[in-house]
Amino acid sequence: MSGERGGGGGRGRGGDKDKDKNKDGPRRGGGFFRRRRVCKFCAEKIDYINYKDVRLLAPFLPERGKIQPRRISGTCALHQRKLQTAIKRARQLALVPYVTD
Amino acid sequence: MSASRQYELVYLITPDASDQEVTDLHTQIEQIVQRFASSNAVLEKTENWGRRKLAYEIGHHREATYVVETINSTSGDVMKEIDRRLRVTDQVIRHLVVRVDEEIRVADRTRDARKANQARRRVARGLPPEPAPGEKRGDQDSDDDRDGMEVQR
Repeated sequence: MSGERGGGGGRGRGGDKDKDKNKDGPRRGGGFFRRRRVCKFCAEKIDYINYKDVRLLAPFLPERGKIQPRRISGTCALHQRKLQTAIKRARQLALVPYVTD
Repeated sequence: MSASRQYELVYLITPDASDQEVTDLHTQIEQIVQRFASSNAVLEKTENWGRRKLAYEIGHHREATYVVETINSTSGDVMKEIDRRLRVTDQVIRHLVVRVDEEIRVADRTRDARKANQARRRVARGLPPEPAPGEKRGDQDSDDDRDGMEVQR
């Protein structure tokens, strides 16, 4: 009796699940906290991704120096493509690393 | 029809080069640009970033002097010549030529389209076309994802 109460959390389980779904849709990527993924360039209305602007590109290059995938950064497809060329140009100019180990 | 093209040239000079050598290199490029006056080549803008740390070593150098030049021309021959010249210049450890006019045009177009779209939608909602400074924007869903953040109208 008491075991059942503990497992269900006191409230109806089904109802809880529904509420979750309505709020944010299915959880992606197994991340623990749900964070709303918004394309940075759409949100800040950056039309031209300048390859000389290291501070703009840096957040998309984690420690290893690899380009962060879209599924993690939340960048939209259009801007990810532009970001990709910008990062590759910046790499040629040694503004950002190819790899860091 | 030969529309004007815009190029960006970035080159990295060895840290051993003196200031004089850096200016010499700049005048060299200026001269090349002047030689291509027939294709309306103009050196629009020069930016010297000064000495910067490199993200990785290039030929045992850990830093370099960065110079950015913006060049307008109706033909790509200038850049071909500059590219060739920089290749054979030992002081230049890396250089990059990018044609930017098309990208800038695309960026301008998307910006104008967004502004027009915003104005149209604001007028449809009975608001003035330009948002007042400091106006609250509560009902925004900037992406097309079905993520439960859709605005109910």
